[in-house]
Amino acid sequence: MNPIFSLPEATTHAEHVDHIFYGLLVLSGLTMLVVFALIITLAIRYRRGSGAKRGPLPEIVSREFEIGWTMATLFLFAFLFWWAASADLSSLEVPANALEIHVVAKQWMWKTQHPNGAREINALHIPVDKPVRLVMTSQDVIHSFFVPAFRVKQDVVPGREAEIWFQATKTGVFPLLCAEYCGIDHSMMRGRIIVMRQEDYADWLTQQPEGDDLAHVGAKLFVERGCSGCHADASKVHAPKLAGLYGRSVQLSDGRQVKADDRYIRDSILQPKRDITAGYEPVMPSYAGLLDDGEIQSLTAYIRSQTEKAND
Amino acid sequence: MTDALLAGELPFPPRPDYLRDGTTLTSWLTTTDHKRIAILFAVTITMFFFMGGAAITAVRLELFTPNGGLLSSDTYNKLFSFHGIIMVWFFLVPSIPNTMGNFLLPLMIGAPDLAFPRLNLFSWYLTVAAGAVTVYALVAGGVDTGWTFYTPYSTMFSNSHVLAAAAGVFMVGFSSIATGVNFIATIHMLRAPGMTWFRLPLFVWAIYATSIIMVLASPVLAISLLLVMAERWLGLPIFDPARGGDPILFQHLFWFYSHPAVYIMVLPAMGVVSEIIPCFARRRIFGYDFMVYAMIAIAGIGFFVWGHHMFVSGQSAYANLIFSFLSFIIAVPSAIKVFNWTASLYRGQISFNSPMLYALGFVGLFTTGGLSGLFLASIPVDVHVTDTYFVVAHFHYIMVGGSVSAFFGGLHFWWPKVTGRMYPESWAKFAAILMYFGFNMTFLPQFFAGYLGMPRRYHTYPPEYQIYNVMSSSGAAVLAVAYLLPLGYFAWSLFYGGRAGKNPWDATGLEWTTTSPPPPQNFDRQPRVDRGPYDYHAEGQSAGLDPPEPQNSREVR
Repeated sequence: MNPIFSLPEATTHAEHVDHIFYGLLVLSGLTMLVVFALIITLAIRYRRGSGAKRGPLPEIVSREFEIGWTMATLFLFAFLFWWAASADLSSLEVPANALEIHVVAKQWMWKTQHPNGAREINALHIPVDKPVRLVMTSQDVIHSFFVPAFRVKQDVVPGREAEIWFQATKTGVFPLLCAEYCGIDHSMMRGRIIVMRQEDYADWLTQQPEGDDLAHVGAKLFVERGCSGCHADASKVHAPKLAGLYGRSVQLSDGRQVKADDRYIRDSILQPKRDITAGYEPVMPSYAGLLDDGEIQSLTAYIRSQTEKAND
Repeated sequence: MTDALLAGELPFPPRPDYLRDGTTLTSWLTTTDHKRIAILFAVTITMFFFMGGAAITAVRLELFTPNGGLLSSDTYNKLFSFHGIIMVWFFLVPSIPNTMGNFLLPLMIGAPDLAFPRLNLFSWYLTVAAGAVTVYALVAGGVDTGWTFYTPYSTMFSNSHVLAAAAGVFMVGFSSIATGVNFIATIHMLRAPGMTWFRLPLFVWAIYATSIIMVLASPVLAISLLLVMAERWLGLPIFDPARGGDPILFQHLFWFYSHPAVYIMVLPAMGVVSEIIPCFARRRIFGYDFMVYAMIAIAGIGFFVWGHHMFVSGQSAYANLIFSFLSFIIAVPSAIKVFNWTASLYRGQISFNSPMLYALGFVGLFTTGGLSGLFLASIPVDVHVTDTYFVVAHFHYIMVGGSVSAFFGGLHFWWPKVTGRMYPESWAKFAAILMYFGFNMTFLPQFFAGYLGMPRRYHTYPPEYQIYNVMSSSGAAVLAVAYLLPLGYFAWSLFYGGRAGKNPWDATGLEWTTTSPPPPQNFDRQPRVDRGPYDYHAEGQSAGLDPPEPQNSREVR
């Protein structure tokens, strides 16, 4: 059983959050103490018929007090905003060397997949002291990835990719919870985050059944779902070639330029008519409803691997 | 010889008060008297209050143990959804405005009725019809979306009666709009001679600010629910991402109404407390004009903070910053009000009747709830505690600790005016104290459970949170008793309570210058106003023990 306030601080981020939390706790505790003490003291001192001094009020009362405490609260709250907001801003940038793990949420489970293709359900093994970036999608409704010990929470909204990152500082097993109501078994959509020493994580990975990695699965899908019919190098259809595409900036037919990142590739598969590459006819059909989120992640990984191959 | 006779005026012929002016059921169901409509609303929302309360009683019973067993997950989800929908739209939103606002607004400004009496009656019928549709959703099998109707769950995945529930809420929104329009018109057009804007009682200002929010925000609720119904019923792709929709769009629309709606629920409570505290402290309210500006600021800024409900939705980090900043800013006027209520006690002659106990309880609970709001305005902390019991505790402190305490305070304060009867004061004090402690026992542990990570809307939960849930459920039992007690002694007072005079509390304010209960036309003569609202003592003086000189002492009998 958790004694009060013994929630582990298992990430670098958790310590920052708790600083602010405890700061606010002290501040609001003091404020409450002052307000309650004032109310009780005044109520007793000026109870009906008590002998406390009444008579004419002192000259400085209303306006000076009003302006005083308005400005005081305004400055205090502006300071609190600055404090919390700067902590928030500094946590936004994902370290470049972060380990990328894909998460698919669905009613009512968490499916996770490691870079080498190892899959887990309602569990996630990660190495300690290494930044981890989660790329998350939902197959049905909104879910929310919540690890109390990490102080992280991120809604996973269908139709878009959500990202969070964290760096665990303690080994151990920490609960993973779904925090956004998602239907009948919402409260059963729980899992475990297992933080391991880095060498243990490497061992653990090698012991996993030989899952194809994402890019391999994507390569198969690329052929099976007919993508290669147009996008393969040998194809006769005039379609953009995908080698070297990932990370490049793409000129669109309406004059805009976009960066070919995960989101762009996902959008191009699901809504091909939205961003037409300059110089091509809008002939590609939409794959919305034909590919699930895991498959789109695999295809994206395949397209990215084609770029990495081209760069090597 | 009365003053009226001395002034050479003839006495009035005897006339019935509003309760006895027609006793048939038809006379009630077709009435356009704002006071009778207030009673109709009071009876209706009391029924809704106990329906919502029954639903949450089952929920709290279930949460005694981590793995449940009393209810299925499906039933559990439907019960908390029903609790939220009923309590927000059928109790809290109409609670103070439609009962006390309806009853007191014309009396406080010296008017014979609201500006549109028939619209007022229509608003009640609309509430009843909307309530019937919503309760039908429960009886037919329930709705399991939570009160927030988040898409795409509500539009594409839920197998429950979303359409009926959404239609009910859609309808009750129009009742809000009708009431808001009516109040705004009344305050603008029907103030008695001499009742300038800055002589309005703060309760009237509160109702005015609330009405503006009702009129401006409720249409957005109607739109968002209409879109939910269109997607669910007609398959119109608005929120479905696979067909070009966006689930987040719903959240923006929904919170654009639902955050201001929090102020619909709490501003009237602030108004009630601002009437009670001066009366029992025998003091002018401290900083009247700042109290007015603070309420207007809350109503105005309240429209621009909705995004703080969406810090973890994937909204832009820069939008988060702006909403976080505005959320801190809106805490300033709330803090000003707390300081002013406290300062109003200085050099008072304070007596602790039951309305005063409720009002002081309100200040304590509102302060606690407001301070916990600072945690939620700070983005990094909010990310951790949002969608947990921390948030549940926070908004119950504001909306139940705050608004419901003030509702009971107002009920005890104006009960003698409404019914002409007194209630047993010692029972009332006992209920007030019990409510304060029961409330804290129920909701204080939820802050701890939430910080430790217990998500809301969980039917089963990890066992380490059990201790907090047991504390909370036990407190809820105490709270339930405190809510049931007034039902008993108020009913008793209707038959056996002592007669209340015109002005049992020696309060200022026009409503206390007419008889209890008031006549159908409110005042026998047109009141005239020649002073500010809280004239308990001379300007620049401390409180005294003498009752204030009643206004219009020559003009009413």
